Amino acid sequence: MQLGLAAQDGRIVASDDGLTAPLAVRGLTVTYGEKPALFALDATFDAGAMSAIIGPNGAGKSTLLKAVLGMVTPVSGTVHAYGQPVREVLDRIAYVPQRATVDWDFPTRVIDVVLMGMARELGLLRRVRQDHRDRAMACLVRVGMEHFAERQIGQLSGGQQQRVFLARALAQGADLYLLDEPFAGVDAATEKAIVAVLKSLRDSGRTVVVVHHDLATVSTYFERALLINTTRVAEGPVATVLTPETLQATYGGRLAHAQLAQILG
Amino acid sequence: MIGAEFVALSLPPILIGCLAAIACAIPGNFLLLRRQALIGDAISHVVLPGIVIGFLVSRQVSTWPMMLGAGGAALVAVLLIEVVRRAGKLEPGAAMGVVFSTMFAGGVLLLEQSDTSSVHLDVQHALYGNLESLIWLDATGWASLFDMQALAGLPPELPRMAITCLIVTGVTALLWRPLKLSTFDEGFARALGLPVRALSLALVIMAAMAAVAAFDAVGSIIVIAMFICPPAAARLMTDRLGQQVGLSVVFAAISAVTGYVLAGYGPLWLGFDNSVSAAGMIATMSGLILALAAGFGPRRAPRIA
Amino acid sequence: MAGASPTRNWRRSSAEMWGLGYNAALVATGAGLLGAAAGITGTFLVLRKRALVSDAIAHATLPGIALAFLVMVAFGGEGRSLAGLLFGSALSAWLGLLCVGWLTHATRLSEDAAIGAVLSVFFGFGILLLTVIQSLNVGRQAGLETFLLGSTAGMLYSDALTIAVGGGLATLAALVLRRPMLTAAFDPGYAVATGLDVRRVDLAMMGLIMAVTVIGIKIVGLVLIVAMVILPPVTARFWSNRVDRVVLIAGVMGGLTGLLGALISASAPNLPTGPIIVLTGSAGFFVSLMIAPRRGVLAALLARHRYQRRVHLRQGLLALAHGHPVYERFTLRLLSRAGLANPDGTATDKGRAAAARALLDESRWQILRADPAQEIAASHYDGLRPIETVLTPDQIAQIDTRLAPRPLT
Repeated sequence: MQLGLAAQDGRIVASDDGLTAPLAVRGLTVTYGEKPALFALDATFDAGAMSAIIGPNGAGKSTLLKAVLGMVTPVSGTVHAYGQPVREVLDRIAYVPQRATVDWDFPTRVIDVVLMGMARELGLLRRVRQDHRDRAMACLVRVGMEHFAERQIGQLSGGQQQRVFLARALAQGADLYLLDEPFAGVDAATEKAIVAVLKSLRDSGRTVVVVHHDLATVSTYFERALLINTTRVAEGPVATVLTPETLQATYGGRLAHAQLAQILG
Repeated sequence: MIGAEFVALSLPPILIGCLAAIACAIPGNFLLLRRQALIGDAISHVVLPGIVIGFLVSRQVSTWPMMLGAGGAALVAVLLIEVVRRAGKLEPGAAMGVVFSTMFAGGVLLLEQSDTSSVHLDVQHALYGNLESLIWLDATGWASLFDMQALAGLPPELPRMAITCLIVTGVTALLWRPLKLSTFDEGFARALGLPVRALSLALVIMAAMAAVAAFDAVGSIIVIAMFICPPAAARLMTDRLGQQVGLSVVFAAISAVTGYVLAGYGPLWLGFDNSVSAAGMIATMSGLILALAAGFGPRRAPRIA
Repeated sequence: MAGASPTRNWRRSSAEMWGLGYNAALVATGAGLLGAAAGITGTFLVLRKRALVSDAIAHATLPGIALAFLVMVAFGGEGRSLAGLLFGSALSAWLGLLCVGWLTHATRLSEDAAIGAVLSVFFGFGILLLTVIQSLNVGRQAGLETFLLGSTAGMLYSDALTIAVGGGLATLAALVLRRPMLTAAFDPGYAVATGLDVRRVDLAMMGLIMAVTVIGIKIVGLVLIVAMVILPPVTARFWSNRVDRVVLIAGVMGGLTGLLGALISASAPNLPTGPIIVLTGSAGFFVSLMIAPRRGVLAALLARHRYQRRVHLRQGLLALAHGHPVYERFTLRLLSRAGLANPDGTATDKGRAAAARALLDESRWQILRADPAQEIAASHYDGLRPIETVLTPDQIAQIDTRLAPRPLT
């Protein structure tokens, strides 16, 4: 019976069924030094849904995205996208890194950053033609940044930078979108604009996975959630996954009861 | 006949100086933006052990073994810096300091231990180069530029430097897009599946090539100065990468020309009879340009975070 | 050297017991003291991630040396006074340091670019001045080139004494300033709160680095002096995680490096002092890099290998406990080699027992981690550590009461 309990808590429920999903992670363990950032993590992200990855600081949320994209080498585990190793299907995946990871002092313009999203398609020498530019502009329109196309990127506010990053991801024309803390340090208007774009992506059948840190907005923005703290605590529809027990298990003592009440309504 | 003397004595060194400066400045732009500006410094330090080993292996003072040795040493240094940085969990600066000082010390020791006194191979030459000696004896005037026989007598450093400069320019143009992308946002570049490591390596190889060829012609001082000063000055003038690289080329060329002319003729104008080190003067000029850009460049101000 | 005092004669004879000349012994002592000072001060520089600032300082000394020579000659001197040259080098090194600061703070350039720019331009200008001196034809060149790579051959007694005394003073200063530098480097915010003037401590640190550089360039040379500042601290870091110990180890390491290097160099011809000191230091570094017990490469490789096996075994056992197939071949191989699974992936009896234990442990951990009151104990969770190592049997019994089966839905 003890065994049943653990399985029910969603600890190790790996099976083969999820492997053709847009993104399926099995038994992923990543360490930096002695302590694991992720331990034996299983997760499945379904098509046509917006999923949040939730957990306290240092829970391994960003590490999960990096491991998925092959930017860190796991100790063990596998990652499949659309039934294939991620390496094979990188062109179907768009990635929005944390804003703070790049040097915004870099000498380039907004439109050039969006065009970077077409790097695979442009290759080494193909010239940037008008239709590339038009498409890049269209992406900027979708995030409401079309008037900033010629600006130097260092002149943008945090929220504007984030929208440019999203426009670049849109320019990739991918099916699976991985975003790392896109709402961190952005203004309310930007947050609304980004959510609208993500919802339109979902509505067109794309898969959106967002590392998210604001528990208060999880249930308004997302259909599904993955709660992690080094290991998976819970995974599933937001309504069933966000319970006092799972949140307590994810955040330990870090959530006051008042906060819990607020999050859970 | 001033023309003839100029073509024979000054034109080749000026051209070689320009080409060397440009070949170093172009990769320097990317190194600067990647916060790896000092890689150029490290590379130029390890050139010395490289040429000594090249000499000891081939037992002759000929260009190719020594350049191969220098190029090999540069690559070994870059890889070693990476290994030491990761394995020792050191900041890049400390890792560079460890590696280049070790290799440079090894080079000096080898030089002292081996019988190189009979050949022209010494530390001074490695540092200052000998730009002033690269003259074109076969030239009789501007017409010699069209005289195949006279052209054959050009100092071999000139075509070598020209080819290096051409390769560096060509590779930079070819890899422009991925280099720019991986320099700006390495994480995104990796997520796109770009070979980020191979690109870094290509950049370093390009820098090493420029450093080795330029060092042979003009010495290490110019190499270090040109990797950093013209790109840094250009960065303070513009916010567009293309313009920055273009401007850095212009600044490099200006440093080389004015530096050479001032070193060669300046003392004469002041009434002395000897010229001074052209390499030192070129480095100094690049420093002055940087100082001007830092004082007045339109894009000099630090970004308010 | 004529008319040596009796004490000096005595000292000289004791130096000769080492098989060295008196000067060489003095130089070795100076190099040792200098190394100790450089090691201690360098630790704080490396801690602040500004190791290569010392390279900029070193290269920036050259114009000062040349200008000091010119000034001394202009005033009718011979221009070879070491103290005078060192004073000049200190001035231009200070100017170089100011330039690094100006470029870093007043423009958008990063510190590494500023360091490279100052290093190359000051050095180039120094070379330019050396050729000016050459063309002025004032006697011989006073051997200013020896400052590039250092030279102890034919060093005057007074020069050797200057270096030994300077090295001693620098070591003393480094020891005295060790605590404030430590506080400033470790936690600047806290340092300010305790009333420590961090800017002045920084200034003192830079001053000390400069002093070490200036005193050391005659022996080690300005191209290589940076190694004396960087090598001891990065070597010491392998042997301790405690900063105060790192400082002391670096001091000892630096001192030994300087002393040994100078002695080795004096023991045979064609062993230039500077490079030998640097190579002695880097031998220490690379040996430590390989064999240091916790942070060394071999230890890390071994630990990673072991860790990987433990992770795979644990995950394999948990999969067995749930009756899930084991996906990864490496896991399966480990399991069957340990007698826990059959080659076809089914568990052996021993494997079933181990799997049940692993699962029980894991379930206990899950309960522990969900309990806000147990946060500290729960922070020990790393997926591998048995819960018995964190909790007492009583506490585990307590947890087990909560393991009571919930009805399965």
